[in-house]
Amino acid sequence: MSAETLARWQFGITTVYHFLFVPITIALSLLVAVMQTIWYRSGEEKMLRLTKFFGKLLLINFAMGVVTGIVQEFQFGMNWSEYSRFVGDIFGAPLAMEALIAFFLESVFLGIWIFGWDRLPKKLHLASIWLAAIGTMISAVFILAANSWMQHPTGAIYNDVTGRAETSGLGGILEVISNPVTLVTIPHVLATAYMTAGGLMLGIAGWHLVRNAKAAETSEKAAADQDAWRWATRFGAWVLIVSGLATFVTGDLQGKIMTDVQPMKMAAAEALWTTEQPASFSIFTIGSLDGSTEIFAIKVPYVLSFLATGNFNAKVLGINDLVAEAKNGNIAGATTALQTNDAVKASVKAANDLEGFPGWVPNLPVTYWSFRIMMGLGFLAFAIGAWVLFATRKGATPKGGKLWDAAMIASPLAPLFGISFGWIFTEMGRQPFIVFGVLPTMSANSPGVTAAEVGLTMVLYTVVYGVLAVVEVGLLLHFIKLGLPEVTEPQVLTDDDAPLSFAY
Amino acid sequence: MIALDAAVTANNFALQVLWFVLIAVLWIGYLVLEGFDYGVAMLVPFLAKDEKERRVMVNTIGPVWDGNEVWLLTAGGATFAAFPAWYATLFSGLYLPLFLVLVGLIVRGVAFEYRAKHPDTKWRTTFDWMACIGSFVVTLVFGVGFANFIIGLPVVAAPGSNHLMMLETPFYFLPLFNGFALLGGVTLVALFVFHGSTFLSLKTKGDLHDRIVAFNKTAGLVAIGLGAVFLLWQQFIHPTGLLGWALLVLAALGLAGAWWFVQAGREGIAFISSSAAVLFVAVGIFATMFPGLGFRASGKGFATDGAAAVAQGLQLTTASSTDATLILMSIVAVVFVPIVLAYTAWTYWVFRKRLGVENMPDEVALAS
Repeated sequence: MSAETLARWQFGITTVYHFLFVPITIALSLLVAVMQTIWYRSGEEKMLRLTKFFGKLLLINFAMGVVTGIVQEFQFGMNWSEYSRFVGDIFGAPLAMEALIAFFLESVFLGIWIFGWDRLPKKLHLASIWLAAIGTMISAVFILAANSWMQHPTGAIYNDVTGRAETSGLGGILEVISNPVTLVTIPHVLATAYMTAGGLMLGIAGWHLVRNAKAAETSEKAAADQDAWRWATRFGAWVLIVSGLATFVTGDLQGKIMTDVQPMKMAAAEALWTTEQPASFSIFTIGSLDGSTEIFAIKVPYVLSFLATGNFNAKVLGINDLVAEAKNGNIAGATTALQTNDAVKASVKAANDLEGFPGWVPNLPVTYWSFRIMMGLGFLAFAIGAWVLFATRKGATPKGGKLWDAAMIASPLAPLFGISFGWIFTEMGRQPFIVFGVLPTMSANSPGVTAAEVGLTMVLYTVVYGVLAVVEVGLLLHFIKLGLPEVTEPQVLTDDDAPLSFAY
Repeated sequence: MIALDAAVTANNFALQVLWFVLIAVLWIGYLVLEGFDYGVAMLVPFLAKDEKERRVMVNTIGPVWDGNEVWLLTAGGATFAAFPAWYATLFSGLYLPLFLVLVGLIVRGVAFEYRAKHPDTKWRTTFDWMACIGSFVVTLVFGVGFANFIIGLPVVAAPGSNHLMMLETPFYFLPLFNGFALLGGVTLVALFVFHGSTFLSLKTKGDLHDRIVAFNKTAGLVAIGLGAVFLLWQQFIHPTGLLGWALLVLAALGLAGAWWFVQAGREGIAFISSSAAVLFVAVGIFATMFPGLGFRASGKGFATDGAAAVAQGLQLTTASSTDATLILMSIVAVVFVPIVLAYTAWTYWVFRKRLGVENMPDEVALAS
């Protein structure tokens, strides 16, 4: 395999892995802040126990998010030096701001929160988890702005002298911020993060809820646990449902913007070969081995037209027409100043003749199926949330059983893996470009880095990540099984020799 | 000879210098702050006698190490944003060393959090060694790396590109380990061990504290000895004139002061002195990287002035972003750097108390 292919695999592996921890960090930090706030206001012991229980899971998860995130920031320069040089003027700024504004906030205040229970007054300690949670959200905003720019590079011009994309003045910065892809991607990704964290709370609490039910009838302690689990189950379910709705609405908006700025990605999501008016949505398609024609498909008429444009009778461009245009040097949807620059267009057109150019069509089996799996998992999670709310209504305790257990396990995993497939779809659907309509992926890797180096590090990352995954999952399961901790009211220590309430 | 010559546009030189200085500041923040927590992590398996003492040592850095590491991330991000060509050539050129850094950071990063989650001795020993070795590797690689920046990494234009620079040969790994660079690596390890033990002398009490102070006496002498050889050698490899010598003297004073004040029981001033020593060493290294950014044209010496630097194709003015980007980033930096400094300082104040074995809760706290 070439260094470029290996670098893509490395990016895929390390990024998908990193993003298993990101959604939980973003959303669970805020949910923990909410629980601690309720405890701060009401003084209910159950809320302190829930805060500490889910806080511990948050920290185990956060550590992995931090260390795998450093790889992300270094990887652009290491594997993709031409990309970094080409886009750094625009793409680097959000990364730098993410570190300065968000990473410091979340790291410093999470440290304060972990160790500050007996050092700070309650109110300041509560503020620290809120600041950490806000930090994770700011981080998401910056990194999604950077990614959205790769999908739809607004606010940039091409400089012939330096041979790179540059911010078109201070107005260009505003255009980067108001990029429609950014504006719709941020709420979508945040909403899916809350689906995952809500699903995690629901899954864990619901698992304990049915198992603790019998003991709760006789033991006072178990009854107190039961009360907390019930609260967390329903709270998690509500978070899952509300953020699920937000996910569907923003996802729908995203689809319409995608049709506008990256029609090839929409066509690839549907494996839509020929332009249709009106276009039907494919539920299931089998294509020929080379993927160029469809053999069998189940379709729902009009639906794709509506998903793509909001109009049931609209025309949706097919892959064949898009490829023909691309060969002429016209990438459909590429309308920004950078994408329409003559020199950029000439180099994009010339890419067709480069040795090893993969063609203008993304990998269709990947885009088609990842799109469907993403949506399927999202709907599944939503359904679980609705079912659990129904099953626990008016103080009812569900009976449990295999289906219930399966639902509890699926409740965090469905949205989590749904997110992975969403990212795989959106990044694979952008191919063959690394910056859509501007820079082919195959021209963006580091010329001085050999395939042997990329391959070696990829194997080693995978080994290290694999081992850490085992430790991480083991720790999470251990503390999930252990259940709610006993707590004492936190006190600020005044005696220098007194034992700390928390220490590593 | 290289097309980048043409790229020297009418950019605002002052902004570029400002960002070079800011990146140096971020690196200094990283080296001064994370320097001591690397030192502490390296010492945990050696200086502590029992589990409680190990926990005391880990807990002195527990609340702050993660924030300290963000200085490195911010330095990386700022380099990407302000000098994309520097970031691109450096990070791809030092591919395997940076991989070692990343693995070291991963291994030590999870170790602190995970060691506390299980009371088993074997489990804890494993994570203590992971933190120790991870910190050691990262320090060693950065020491070797900075020594190579002083020498200047040899760059050429990438084949077929008019704009991208890369190191003169692919797989540029073995040439990094020359004598000066190896000394740089060992020196930085010694410096951080000394800096870390100085920090520990300030943050601990009891038996452990006394042992740390005794250790500090030896560690200080080693750091001063290695530091003296390295800094003197640096003046001959890449002289920066009077400034270089002045920084050398200041760094030496900082090290000697830290050593003396720890023994005199004035640990606060000692820690300030060792921090100052790290700062002056770093400033001295960054002085050699101006304006060449730690690169030189392949087969030539490092650039000592602007004209020579321009000829080599990769330096301050040719690697930088546009004015618009630098102005935006300057505004962000002016607003947020003071805020970050303020709340970071506050954290250190919140956790200012010394720790001893009596402060360690008997059991691993079930609560988080």
